[in-house]
Amino acid sequence: MALAETQTNRIDLRLVAEMVTPGSRVLDVGCGDGELLSLLAETRGVDGRGIELSPEGVAGCVARGLSVIQGDADTDLADYPDDSFDYVILSQTIQATRNPRHVLEHMLRIGRRAIVSFPNFGHWRMRAQVFFMGRMPVTDSLPYTWWETPNIHFCTIRDFVALCDTVGAEKERAVALDVSGGRVGVSAPWWFWNLFGAQAVFLLKRG
Amino acid sequence: MPNRTQAPDLLTDPLAEANQPSSLLARFGPDKALQLDSGAVLEHWQIAYQTYGSLNEARSNAVLVCHALTGDQYVASRNPVTGKGGWWTAMIGPGKPIDTDRFFIICANVLGGCMGTTGPASTNPETGKPWGLSFPMVTIRDMVRAQAHLVDSLGIDSLFCVAGGSMGGMQVLQWAASYPTRVFSALPLATAAKHSAQNIAFHEVGRQAVMADPDWRQGRYLDEGTRPSKGLSVARMGAHITYLSEPALHRKFGRKLQERSAPTFTFDADFQVESYLRYQGISFVERFDANSYLYVTRAMDYFDLGADHDGVLAKAFAGTRTRFCVASFTSDWLFPTSDSRAIVHALNAAGASVSFVELESDKGHDAFLLEEPNLFATTRGFIGAAARARGI
Repeated sequence: MALAETQTNRIDLRLVAEMVTPGSRVLDVGCGDGELLSLLAETRGVDGRGIELSPEGVAGCVARGLSVIQGDADTDLADYPDDSFDYVILSQTIQATRNPRHVLEHMLRIGRRAIVSFPNFGHWRMRAQVFFMGRMPVTDSLPYTWWETPNIHFCTIRDFVALCDTVGAEKERAVALDVSGGRVGVSAPWWFWNLFGAQAVFLLKRG
Repeated sequence: MPNRTQAPDLLTDPLAEANQPSSLLARFGPDKALQLDSGAVLEHWQIAYQTYGSLNEARSNAVLVCHALTGDQYVASRNPVTGKGGWWTAMIGPGKPIDTDRFFIICANVLGGCMGTTGPASTNPETGKPWGLSFPMVTIRDMVRAQAHLVDSLGIDSLFCVAGGSMGGMQVLQWAASYPTRVFSALPLATAAKHSAQNIAFHEVGRQAVMADPDWRQGRYLDEGTRPSKGLSVARMGAHITYLSEPALHRKFGRKLQERSAPTFTFDADFQVESYLRYQGISFVERFDANSYLYVTRAMDYFDLGADHDGVLAKAFAGTRTRFCVASFTSDWLFPTSDSRAIVHALNAAGASVSFVELESDKGHDAFLLEEPNLFATTRGFIGAAARARGI
């Protein structure tokens, strides 16, 4: 099945899938109910594995025929050998990890490539909520109040770029999407992405 | 709770079952002699089994269910000794997660058992007397070898799934390691790739209780017309505690008294939990052979799949194509989640297709046998997806 024919309306997932070479070995960290792994299996023919914290998520994945292990990105990535996957993906999950730097370092160690997608906390609507209302932002895609959110480590696109530099990751590709899923100007500068990108997807490799 | 200190009525003599089981039976002779890990060879041996559902034309829908320490082949049908229903009817039956309308389910009594497969209570064909302690020591791998002979004799090359919990899960892992091309999917539940020191310790207490009973007669009780019922009963009482959890015991019994309003200041079973355990012990000895208990617990103690592969568990699964689904329970302290995670790590290191879930339950080790909707949902999903992949 080609990517264009699939049913998923998650543009970020399709963007991640585009970055994955067909037939490769993929580990999806925080794979939820397996939507991305299923998409990758159907459209990219990957040999996919997942890690998911919630038992409900794992049960959903198992029912889809996916190979998923209940576990915690913060503790369990250490058990995976070097270079055991072509891609290690962290899709909309980095903000929920306790130690994003360690998670990213493990991803770059385990996979030949790492793909990270995340919501951009530097988007102008986030900034506006803090600036005008003086409250932590609550949006349709990030609906939690500050005291109940699982998202404990939000970052902006520029923050993430800085983390990539810190851990010595080389950015092979980066794409920012606006709120309606359109791509933010490819040749635009980082500050523009940081203001108008609602989310970003990075393809990384060891520097 | 009624006072249950009387043993239940039995429908048949359990010792008769050891040689002439009420179930299906496959007999093997010297051409299929069973080579055991101990070096001994069983030239004449038999395996008692039950089947449910029907084998499809492609012979691709067979599921082998492996039973736990004191289980038997009556996984989904009435036990002829106790008259009770099958021990895993929550999991296996029409429309159940392991669906007898779709799959051909085989369950065999383990080697060393006492329900019709050759074991210490069986008659030694060379002497005409019960084997007793002259029966060779058996291992989990020996049990699996015997099952493989049975599967051969049924004309089945590759099993769609091998499933089991606890000692049954050990057999599942051994199947996947010994016959990787014959196992399409594997479901090891609440189990371990090696028996822990704590578990060996509990087993040793149970064995010593049996052997301390004067009626054990150095293992010759069948010849001498006695039964080490007291010892085996104590062994079962101790073991039964390990299958539960503190919260489960508290919920079920608390400190409630047994049909009395005040303590009697005696050693009667004042507490409900005492009465319950005594009943567990008494009813167990009526259906189980004491020497069989010694042999099968020993087989579990010896199990260390990694040690059989240069100390590296991942090597046991090198190159495997089998799909695995491993599950543990939060309150299981006999086979804790860390044991299952060790299996999963090894399977991951071997590049195997593996899923793992730790299920929330306060029922302890026994949870795998009980009504656990999350276990059923996971099993249903895993079996269903594997069946699609197999084209069943």
